[in-house]
Parts: sequence; C-alpha cells; structure tokens
Amino acid sequence: MSYLLKNATMPNGSKADLAIHDSHFVAVSSLPKDHQVIDLAGKQVLPGLVDLHTHLREPGFEESETVATGSLSAVRGGFTAISAMANTSPVADTAGVVEQVYRLGQAAGLCDVFPIGAVTEGLNGQTLSEIGAMADSAARVRVFSDDGKCVFDPLIMRRALEYVKKFDGVIAQHAQEPTLTQDAQMNEGAMSAQLGLKGWPAVAEEAIIARDVLLAEHTKSRLHICHLTTAGGVEIIRWAKARGIQVTAEVTPHHLLLTDDYAKNYDPIFKVNPPLRLESDVLALRAGLADGTIDIVATDHAPHSSESKDCEWSVASFGMVGLETALSIVIKTMVETGAMNYEAVAQRLSIAPARIARYENHGQVLEVGSVANLTVVDTAAKWVVDRDLMSTRSKNTPFHGFELPGVVTHTFFSGKLVFGG
Amino acid sequence: MKHLLSINDLSRDESILILDTAAELARISDGPMKKLPTLRGRTIVNLFAEDSTRTRISFEAAAKRLSADVINFSAKGSSLSKGESLKDTAQTLQAMGADAVVIRHPASGAPFRLADNQWMSGAVINAGDGTHEHPSQALLDAYTIRKHLGKGAKDLAGLRVAIVGDILHSRVARSNVLLLTKLGAHVTLVAPPTLLPFGVDSWPVIISYDLDSVIPQVDAIMMLRIQQERMHEIFFPSAREYSRYFGLNRDRINALNPNAIIMHPGPMNRGLEITADAADSARSVIVEQVSNGVSVRMAILYLLLGGAPIEGGIN
Amino acid sequence: MKTVLPAPDISRAIVRIAHEILERYDGADSITLLGIPTRGAHLATRIAAAINAIEGGQVAVGTLDTTMHRDDLRTRSPKALLPTLIPTAGVEGRHVVLVDDVLFSGRTIRAALDALGEIGRPTSVSLAVLVDRGHRELPIKADFVGKNIPTSRSEIIKVNLVEVDGTDEVTIAEGGVK
Repeated sequence: MSYLLKNATMPNGSKADLAIHDSHFVAVSSLPKDHQVIDLAGKQVLPGLVDLHTHLREPGFEESETVATGSLSAVRGGFTAISAMANTSPVADTAGVVEQVYRLGQAAGLCDVFPIGAVTEGLNGQTLSEIGAMADSAARVRVFSDDGKCVFDPLIMRRALEYVKKFDGVIAQHAQEPTLTQDAQMNEGAMSAQLGLKGWPAVAEEAIIARDVLLAEHTKSRLHICHLTTAGGVEIIRWAKARGIQVTAEVTPHHLLLTDDYAKNYDPIFKVNPPLRLESDVLALRAGLADGTIDIVATDHAPHSSESKDCEWSVASFGMVGLETALSIVIKTMVETGAMNYEAVAQRLSIAPARIARYENHGQVLEVGSVANLTVVDTAAKWVVDRDLMSTRSKNTPFHGFELPGVVTHTFFSGKLVFGG
Repeated sequence: MKHLLSINDLSRDESILILDTAAELARISDGPMKKLPTLRGRTIVNLFAEDSTRTRISFEAAAKRLSADVINFSAKGSSLSKGESLKDTAQTLQAMGADAVVIRHPASGAPFRLADNQWMSGAVINAGDGTHEHPSQALLDAYTIRKHLGKGAKDLAGLRVAIVGDILHSRVARSNVLLLTKLGAHVTLVAPPTLLPFGVDSWPVIISYDLDSVIPQVDAIMMLRIQQERMHEIFFPSAREYSRYFGLNRDRINALNPNAIIMHPGPMNRGLEITADAADSARSVIVEQVSNGVSVRMAILYLLLGGAPIEGGIN
Repeated sequence: MKTVLPAPDISRAIVRIAHEILERYDGADSITLLGIPTRGAHLATRIAAAINAIEGGQVAVGTLDTTMHRDDLRTRSPKALLPTLIPTAGVEGRHVVLVDDVLFSGRTIRAALDALGEIGRPTSVSLAVLVDRGHRELPIKADFVGKNIPTSRSEIIKVNLVEVDGTDEVTIAEGGVK
C-alpha cells in the first residue's frame, strides 16, 4: 500500500508532504499511481512513539492484558514500538520466554513488541538470569530490568551492569530501597500521615539512584533509571550527567500530572509504584524533562483486573494503564505549558527511547529512506477519557473522565496504517 | 451527614450537636428512659474485620437502646476470613437491607471504600480503620473532656490536651487531633520521634519529645496503647526505656495540675504506657470513657439514621 | 398575617387553664405539669406559676421531649434533642398534665404519651394547649384549651412567647408550602 500524506506539520513545525511506499518513506515522485491521499492539514506528525516500559501480562496474566490487546492499545496511543517488561509468569528470564513474547508481538502485527529480559532469575534479586542467551535470541534483548522489584544487592547490580557491556545492553533499574519501603502504600508526606497509610519516602528512591549512578560510573556501563518521581532524583541524574556518567532516565505521564492528593478518598486507581508524589516533585520532573535531564517519557502501562483495584487500598495492586493517554498527558503538561515543543516531544517519546534501547527501525528522522513509523496527532482536538472505550483489556486508568488535548488520528507501522484513517 | 468516615466529615457545629445530643441521651437513659423506640425497624450491622470487643459492644448497646435490630458480623468464622472481598461483603449487606454498617477494619480507608455508592447505599460508620481514624472514640473523648473541664461551654476552647505515645499508628490520635483542635483545644503530641508520622509538622499541634515538661501544663492527658507488635519493629530500644520516658507513673501524676484528668482509649498495657496506680487514680476517667461511649454512639446513630434518608451527604 | 390572640388574652387563658386544672384535680398536690419543649415548656412554667399564685405551694413542673418517639422522624432531617426534665417525684401515681402550644394533628401528643409510658405509669394524663386549631389525625382531644381557632390546613399558626420570641401573641397567616 502507498500513501501520500499532504500538508503534514513536521516535528520542527515546517509543512511537508510525506510519501510512504511499502515499509519506507519515499520521494513523492516515486509513488505508484494507485496511492491513497490523506490530507493532514493542521495535523502534527511525529516519528512513531516508542515506549520503553510496558507491562503486557502475557504469559501468565492474560485476563489483564495480552500482547495482542496491548499492541492495539499501543497503536491507538500512537506507539509503534513497545517494550514488554519481564515480570510475567513465567518471568521473562530465559531465551524461550522472550522469544515467545517477541513472536506474539509479530503475530499481532500492529507494532514492534521488544521483550525486556529479567536481570535476575525469577526476579529473585540474587542470581543473574541468562542475559547473554536472551541477547542472542531472536528477540535480541538489549534492555534488562527486574522492574517491579529493585535490583537491591549492590554486587548483583554491579555484575549486571558489567555483563551487558558485552552487547551494548542497558540495565533499567526500578529504584526502590526495599527495607525503607516495606508494606509502603503511598508517598510519605503530609497526606500519608493524614490517611494513615504507610509512607514511601523519597529517599528510598534517591538512595538507589545515587548508588547506581556511582556504580555505572565505576563500571563505565549504561544505566537507565525507570520512572523517576522525585525532585531529588532529578538532581542526582543532573549531577551524574554533568560528570559524564552514562545514565538515562524516564518519567511516566502520570507522574507529570498527578500528585498524592488523589489518594485522599482511598481510591486504589491512584495506587502506583513508584507512588504519586508532591506538586513540587511534579514541577521538578517537568523541568527535568524539558531540559533533557530526563531523557524520555515511558508509560509504565500496568494493566490490572478490576477486582485487584475494586478493593481496600492496602490490598489493591500497584499500577495504571497508560498507553492510550500518554501522548495527551505530555501535550497537556509539557506542550500546553510551553515547556516543550513537538520537536522535543519527538525526542522524548520516540528518538531517545529508540536510541537507549537500540531499536534500529524506530525513532528515525522522517525522511526518505527511513522506515515509515509515524504517528499523526490532531493537537487542537480534545477528548474525554472513557475507560470503557479503551483498547487495553484493563480499565485501571486514573484519567477516566479527564478532558485531555491531542487525539491520535493515524498510526503507521512499517508503512502499514495500523490505526485510524 | 450521611456517613461518619472521618472527623473531617463533621463541621464544628455538627460535632457540638453530637456532643449535646449525647449529653441529653445520657441524662434520659441514666434517668427515666432506658430504651427509646427511635430506630425501631432499622437494621445495623456491626462488621468487625478486626477484633475489638470494647467498641463492638459499645455500638451494639447504643443500637439496642435505640431499638434497632443489630447483626454482628465478625471476621472470625465469617466469609471475611475466607477471602471474600470487602466489595462482595458490602453487596451482601446491601441485599440484606442494612440501613447502616458499623465497620472496624485493619485497612486504612476501608470504610471509604464501603461508602462508595456502587457497593452499598446504607450509612457507613467508621469504628476504626487501620492506622487512619476512629471518629466515635474521638467524640467520646471530647465529650468526656467537655463534661469534666468544659465549665458549661459548648466547645473546648483554650483547654490543653496532651496525647502521649504511638501517634504514628494511632487512629485515636488522628481523630482526636482533628476533633479537639476543631473544638478549640490546644493539643500537644508527646512521643519519641520514631512514633510520630512524617509530615506531622503540618498538623495544628505542638510536638514534644519530653513528657515531663508537658505534664504540668495540661488539663487532660491521653495515654495511647503501645502495641506489642511494635516492639519488634525497633521504634524504641526497649519497653523499659519507653516506659521510663513516656509512661504515666506516680511521679508524673503528682506533677499534673490539680484538676487534670487522665484518659486512655483502652485496652491498657498496665506497666508499659501507664502504671496501675495511674490507671486507677482518682484523676482517671478511663472507666467513664467507656460509659460515655455508649451515649456518644447513640447520638451518632440517631443523627445518621433517625431522620430522613439523605442523598449524597457530606462525602 | 393577623393576630388572633394578643398578649392580654394569652395571660387570661393561662390563668383560666390553671383554675380548670386545680378544679379537675382538687388541688395541686398530685399534679405534675410536663411541658413539651420549646414553647410548651414555657407555657407549663407559666401555668405552674399561676397555680402557685392561687394555691401558694410549689406544683411539680418539668419538660418532656418527644423527638425520639415521633412517628415522622424518617420524613425530616434529624433534630437536636430538647431537654426532658422529670420532677423528682416522678410520674408514678401522679396526675400528669401535658402542656403544648398548638394542638394540630395530635402526633406530638401521641409521641409524648409513648415517651411518658417509658417513664412510668401516671394515675391519669390530661392535655392542656394554648391553641387548638383542629385537623386531628389521631383520636386525641385536649382537656384544657386556651382558645379554639378554626383554620384551614394551609394556614400557619404561630405562637410567640416572650421567653423565646420576645413578645406574647398568636398569629395566623396564609400558608405557602403545606
């Protein structure tokens, strides 16, 4: 199939016509006669979005999400590549499991699904998993993470950082000091004190970030910090980058918008790991994302069945779905506030995550010869989030009822129109 | 007012209305009328997912004196201990036609979830949730303080109250801080720094680590229970050390001002946070707190259930 | 709005009721007056003063709140309780006279009888009201009436007393909401 996309607004604000033939962008003059013309006047185009942090729940928890439903959710949100976290059942700690997930993604055929391998066997924090075998598998895993759990043992973390250098991999750390956060339920602050919920101090996150950037400096390895939530964490990353440490960091859309005030009625839809923090943290995260201290936005899309959210706060699961709202939240918090333009959005949501994870066909400049992974957004349109109308199999969005800017109208994956039109 | 989930649900005037109603109910049930027909035909469920003989009996007595039908539903031997979710339990209670549920639950905020309209429509009364709140206890404490020290005033303006002990895990402390300050009292929290919540500095209270300097300055001193399980969580080095710095003993009683009263929400650990002679001293109103509890809970039940059903309510 | 009972008429009615009560019970010794708060309680106090002025003793007088015994509790928002003060002699073996300002549906008096039943067993119970406006919904009748004022259901009768309202008068007004 061939497309001529007319009058698109490019990330840098210029207007252009884009031609797609088969899987690539081509010169308009080389389009075959039978191409479809789509007028994108007034619409913003971005390189296909790349999520470095997605929980797809397959294998093991298919009632919450499958690779196929997660893929559909992804392309509705404008993503052409997602990264399946390792905390499935069985855990993605062998070449067999990562290949299974990778193939399920290919079978769904809507976007690339790149598995993330577990750092330790069964996420036990004690024994390195078969990292090399996963890297060499058909899934070609480059990102390793025990996400959901912290790689707490400093020696294991050091070994993991060193080991992935063999194939230019990266360790994505879930920074959470476990002894300071035992049974923790929400950010430790005035709100947790009022609600009588066990607090999760910022220092529990920052202490691990500080330790790990020093380990990354010592081992000269690549470290990625998942879902940064605190102003102090942003400062540590800023310091580490100034020293030349190879560290990258992500922030989730929900941490760019929500604060721990939302916990006040004990609705576990707002229960998430790491927890929602303070307004001052939200502002620091936005500033960090704007100035590049934080490299990327990643969704931490975490589907959960309704029974694990329709219960008491303390027994509810942590997590929120996010693929279908991520871009809108970024527009609301970063673009509409004037902190970022769409060139920066393309950087933070596509180019940088693809570079960190070494996803070669993604995050490319929109030019002739590139793989045609493309997201089209009507940035002037508004929509009201309705959890019942989403494609993800789970309904645990904290944004139900929110009016948000930015509607994804088309998603092209490898030249195929996989959503919209 | 549809539910009583937190002291935050009550305005100052509503709090005083509860205290005044309790006072009148105490007078008539001490005197001429033991039983009132007010809640005849109403069903109140005591849903106790955590042991608490004292509070359950108090609510049960209050409900029965108002002629309500009472169903006791406790964790042991019930479906709650068999893994049934709170939501399913709520829907069961709804199907049984419960007009009100008095809930004690180990999870902070569980009553808020129960009050969620999609689960059940009856009134929800928080009888202690996790480490969050225990509003009826605070109301009976305020009632007791007003009765002894109020000199006929409606509120507690200017009275000085110290709350001593494990503030961090105490729902009694949280509710009392909200209510006593709402009624104009000056509250001082006395505890080792490990047993004060992070963020306590935003509360409208004075914080002290030194019980001896606080003792001579208060009108009422409320001792909180130190739970045995906290001993293993290294909040303080030893029971003996805690007792030495934060226990109420004979010497400290002698340092109290002459009219000060001693309170404890019970059950007490005699010898740990309070010595036997302190608990049994003439200053102690601990036993009276229990009987005041019934009147206060009658007032709560009457004001929540005695009138027309209210849609929406304060929450 | 018009005044149907000015202050002097109220005073006369109270004195007359005091005489009638004394006559019925052959003296004040066995009488207990129980006023229904708020205005009934003040009327009971005034009737007691009138009786004392005539007899020279101290007639037993108290108050009886009917709130918790009302049958229409569930149609209104809950009301604050008003005091119930039973004289030390109690009600057993006494001639209890209930006192209220206006007799209308009779439901307050039914609630008062229920409340009284919880307290004890008087020898007899009678009822004194300042105004009987008709429209009974229960088989209840006043024994001592200050003034019968025929009304339509929608009209509003308001008894003002100095102790509460700063002035003594009974007014009638066209009602808006029934």
